[in-house]
Formats: sequence, C-alpha cells, structure tokens
Amino acid sequence: MSNSANGAALPRAAGLGSIFDARQQVSEAVSAGLKRRYAREKRFRLYGMLATLFAVAVLGILLFTIIRTGLPAFTQTMIKLSVTLYPQEIDPKGDRDPQTLSSADYQRLVRDALDDYFPDVTSRNDRRELFAMISPGATYVIRSMVIADPSLIGKRIEIEVPLKDDIDQFAKGKIDSEADQANRRVSDKQIGWYQRLVDRDLIVSRFNTTLFTAGDSRSPELAGIWGAVVGSFWTMSLTLLMSFPLAVGAAVYLEEFAPKNRWTDVIEVNINNLAAVPSIVFGLLGLAVFIGFFGVPRSSPMVGALVLTLMTLPIIIIASRAALKSVPPSIREAALGVGASKMQATLHHVLPLAMPGMLTGTILGMAHALGETAPLLMIGMVAFIVDVPSGPLSSATVMPVQIYLWSDAPERAFIERASAAIMVLLGFLTVMNLLAVALRKRFEKRW
Amino acid sequence: MIAMQATTGRATDAAASPVPAFMTRDVCVFYGQKQALTNVSLDIHRNQVTSLIGPSGCGKSTYLRCLNRMNDIIDGCRVTGSILLDGQDIYSGSMDVVHLRARVGMVFQKPNPFPKSIFENVAYGPRIHGIAKDKTELEAIVHNSLEKAGLLAEVKDRMDQPGTGLSGGQQQRLCIARAIAVQPEVILMDEPCSALDPIATARIEELIDELREHFAIVIVTHSMQQAARVSQRTGFFHLGILVETGDTEQIFTNPRDKRTQDYITGRFG
Repeated sequence: MSNSANGAALPRAAGLGSIFDARQQVSEAVSAGLKRRYAREKRFRLYGMLATLFAVAVLGILLFTIIRTGLPAFTQTMIKLSVTLYPQEIDPKGDRDPQTLSSADYQRLVRDALDDYFPDVTSRNDRRELFAMISPGATYVIRSMVIADPSLIGKRIEIEVPLKDDIDQFAKGKIDSEADQANRRVSDKQIGWYQRLVDRDLIVSRFNTTLFTAGDSRSPELAGIWGAVVGSFWTMSLTLLMSFPLAVGAAVYLEEFAPKNRWTDVIEVNINNLAAVPSIVFGLLGLAVFIGFFGVPRSSPMVGALVLTLMTLPIIIIASRAALKSVPPSIREAALGVGASKMQATLHHVLPLAMPGMLTGTILGMAHALGETAPLLMIGMVAFIVDVPSGPLSSATVMPVQIYLWSDAPERAFIERASAAIMVLLGFLTVMNLLAVALRKRFEKRW
Repeated sequence: MIAMQATTGRATDAAASPVPAFMTRDVCVFYGQKQALTNVSLDIHRNQVTSLIGPSGCGKSTYLRCLNRMNDIIDGCRVTGSILLDGQDIYSGSMDVVHLRARVGMVFQKPNPFPKSIFENVAYGPRIHGIAKDKTELEAIVHNSLEKAGLLAEVKDRMDQPGTGLSGGQQQRLCIARAIAVQPEVILMDEPCSALDPIATARIEELIDELREHFAIVIVTHSMQQAARVSQRTGFFHLGILVETGDTEQIFTNPRDKRTQDYITGRFG
C-alpha cells in the first residue's frame, strides 16, 4: 500500500481513492456477514447447551431410577415375636455347655411363638406356609442372643426378626395382591395372616443394618454388601500397593532417564495400547498365568489385585508421564545447575512437582479398577461367597461383581439390593474422584 | 562468507593475563547432524566479566552451556575440542559432571527458583554437596549468599516463604544467591535480565559488577549496552563461529571485523 501511495506512476488522489473504495468494500462485507456470523455463533452455543442438558438429563434419569429402586433396600420389614426360651428345649442338661447352646433347635421356639399368634392355623400345609413367612435368620438372632447371655434361658424375650423377602416385598407394595395367586410369590393366606399381624401392630419397618454388616446369602433379607466391601478393600489396597510404585517407577524411568530411541518408542506404543486392551483379556491372562502357572488361590483378592494391577498400570503410567512432562524443564536445569545429580534433581524437585498429577491419575485408575467386573469373572471372583473375606488369600468377591450377581438373581428383593449396592459403589467412586480433585487443588504449585 | 569462516573462525584470545579459569580451544558442537558451533577458542579470565554477544541463534548460549556441560541433557548433542577448567579437561573421564557444576554455577534466562522456601532455595546446593557441617553453618552460608546477591535485606523476615512469591528481579537475585552458595569459580549467566524490567536489570548489573571480585563471570546478552556496561571482555558470535574477541572497549569502539561493526552499529541482527 505504501508503494502505491508513494509510487510516482500513480496519481496520488487515484491511489488514495482506490484505498477508500477498498475499505468501503471491506466494511460493507463485514456488516453484511455480521448477522449471519452472530446467528451461527448463537446456534453453536445452543447446540452445546442442548448437548449438556441431554447429558445431565440422562445422568439424572439414571440416578433417579437407581435411587428409586434401591432406596427400599435400606429398610426391612420385621415382625415382633415374643419367644419363650424353654430350658428343656435349649439346654436340657442345664450345664450351659456352649456346644449344646449353639446346636439347640431354635427354629422350634420361633414356631412356638408364631403358633401363639395364630392358634387357628393347624393344618400341616398351612403351618408350613405360615412359618415360611419368617426369615431363617430369626433362629440365628435368638441363638446369638442366648449364647451371648445364657441367663436369658427360661425367660420370655421380645424380639424383632426379619420377615422373608417375599413378605417384605409385599409389605413394600412391590407385589400386587389383586394378581392371580399362582403368579405371585405370596399366597392369599399369607396376605391374610400378614394383615392380621399388621392389625395387631406386630409389623414394623426398620433400617436394614444387615445390608451393611453381612456377606452374601441365598436369602435376600439376610444378604449384605459387607463381604463385597471388604473384598473390594483388599483388592484395591493390593492393587494400589503394586500398581503405584511400579507405574511411577516406569514413568520416571521412561520420562527422565531412558534414552529416546526406537526401543523406548516401541515400549511407549505398547503401554498406550495396553490401556486400550479389553479388560476381559486381562482376566484370561490372569487365569492362565497367575492361577494356572503361579498357583495364586482362585477368587482371592490377591489374584484380583494382580489382574487389576496389569489393567491400571498403563493408565497410571500415562498419567504419570504426562505429569512429569508438565514439570517445566527450567526446574530440572535449576537443580542440575547447582550440581544435583540426575537422580537428585528428579527425586528432590521433579517428582514432588509431578506428584499431584500422578496421584490424580492413580486415583482415577483405582476408581476404574474399583468398578471393573469383567476380568474378575474369569478368575473366580464371581463365586457365591457368604463369609466376609479375612485376608488377601481367602475367597472373596468385590462390589461390582456382587451387583452383577444380585441383578442376575431371580428374587425381587435382590434387585433392590443390587441398586442399593450401586448407590454405595457410586458413593465410593464419588469420594475417590473428589479426593483426586482435592489433591490436585491442594498440592498444585505455581512456578 | 564460507571462506571468511575459515580464516576468522579461529580468532583466538591474545590477551594473556594470569592463568585463565577456562581455556577453550576449537570447540565444535553438533546437534545431531547440524553443526551449531565451529572451532570456538576463547579464554575466560578470573575476576572479569566476559560477555558473549551476537544475533539470535548464533551459538553463544550453546557455547555457554558447554562450559558446565548443560548440553549433556540434550539428546544427540556432541561436543568436540578441548575445554579446560584450571587446566583440566571437563569432558574427559576424570571430571565428574556433578563436581563440574558445583565449580561452575549457572543463572538462567527465566528466573527459575524452586517452588520451595527462600531459605531452601539457597540451602539446596550446599546441602546436596554436604558443604555445611551443621545447621548454623548452613544458615551462615545462606545469609552470606543472600547478602552477596543483595537480597538479604528484602527477604530476611520471610525466609520460610516460597521463592516463587518474589518479584521477577528478586527471583533472579535469589537464583544468583543459589548459584554462589556453593562457592563456584565461574558463574555462567544466560541472558539473566531479558525477563526483567529496567530497574531490576540495573540491580542485577550492579550485582554482576560486585560479584566480579570473587568469581569469573560469563554473561550472554542481547543488549549491547549491557555488554558494554558490565563486561571487561567481549566475544562476538555469528553463525556458529566466534568472529572477534577482545577488550569490551575495543570491540565497541574499534572493532576489527566488518561483521562486528555492522552488528554493534545495528545494521543486522
């Protein structure tokens, strides 16, 4: 432009005129297109908002269904029983031998108590149906009370014991009493007896502590998630113990010490690919290698942790390498510049600065592992395990597998327990993610 | 130009004051296949400030980073020629790189204090080298270094606060204090004022002049005024060769080489 303005060949006025014309044109073009540009921007924002709304709505629906299904599992319908602990039934010899106390026929006492409520139910079939309304857990309740305090023998005790899951479901309104009797799991007679119990104020609804203290059970009213929680705890602890040091070590070596050559490139590509391997493949590998070859006990938290370590390792390595990369090179130079060795520079300065990122990656990897089911199916953690696992080598299951098992069960009551377990699992995951955010916020250092 | 390189690339240092701290001869640096420095021969004298000037990419920083082997951490970097610190080849097997960097300190372009307390920043060097016998001695070293760096008065009440919370100029002086805390023989400064305002720059320049009493100082700078103000000797780099070296006054008033003259009069660069 300066050329045309200064150029001797062009008359000065004409040169300036053409510049004005050009400016006019540009300004017109800008104002003509402006409206369309803004409209486009508005549309784009709208799409973004709709997408966000859709995501939030779907999440809301998911949470709503889970909570609506799972909430009833936190209460359990109980029956008040008045049980007479006849000495001749429990301890005929009267020596309070623990062996005798634990093997006594407490079921009979429960039946006696029920007979007291329903003296009119006499036929064999009817009585069987009547007794089926009470959970087998009732006898355990009485037994443990007697063993804890043998002086109760001979007295009459008032206790609350759980009703069988079908009656519980009926009490919660999950079973339609209008439906044909053959199509529901509660008979007309049982409904009648239940109504009589309600009328006599003998039915109460209590917080379901069993859900949080018991292991799995065939009877839904006796089943709890504690076994799975403890199994998850052992599995996760071992996974963390194995994967964190390994992954951080690998990341530090690859990022700080390893020469950049074809071999490290191959390793890097492989690690990245490992993160994308379907998790069931890790399960098969665990089955073949850890159980088949090394003989780690099947369905133990140990073998689960080994498999999950393989799975989370690439995730943590990738996150840790990114964290190391984000430490500015000036920090390394500063340390090396005062004469720190490579290792001192890394341990004293780079690693502490990368730690929040590494921990965040680790927690996210652990959260991923906590929700993992597929590889654990392969190594037997899907087994029906009643006992709360006592250590890393005892049989165990984990929360997501427990959810899988329960949602597969035919009993209705297990469905709501599965949802309750999902709520607990989501709670754990939320806490872990919040922890990751908090760590990032807390240790983030400016440089 | 190529023909000239052959003749002037060997511009050697004629001024022979007492034994130089650094004696470098025919230093060539390669990044992979690319040659960044060709046959640089230069002496760095004690109690003097040597400034390296030249346009961007001329190799002056590369040369500086040879002197404490900071180039080691760059993949594919190769150095030939001899670099003698007190007569000892720093690239030979007998010289440990950690030991070398304790003897040759460095201050970088961007202030880079550790994200730790002011005290820890200065104490780090003496601590890893095990220079101080006990805590009081360490404190004495830290105070002494901060004092020499002209920072003590400003920070003595907040030694436990993060070094990153200081202003840019203070951070750079903290970095100088950190470097002198290990009592090096030579301090390398890679454009130490390029990220600072004029007032902070003036403080650093004053400081450099004071530090000259104890150390040999090499400073890379883009500011010719700065080179003229702080240095006693100057080397002019261009396209990977050392074109001319000499007393600063001579270089700026009476350059021998045409390229030097063009550069200092602002005709290129």
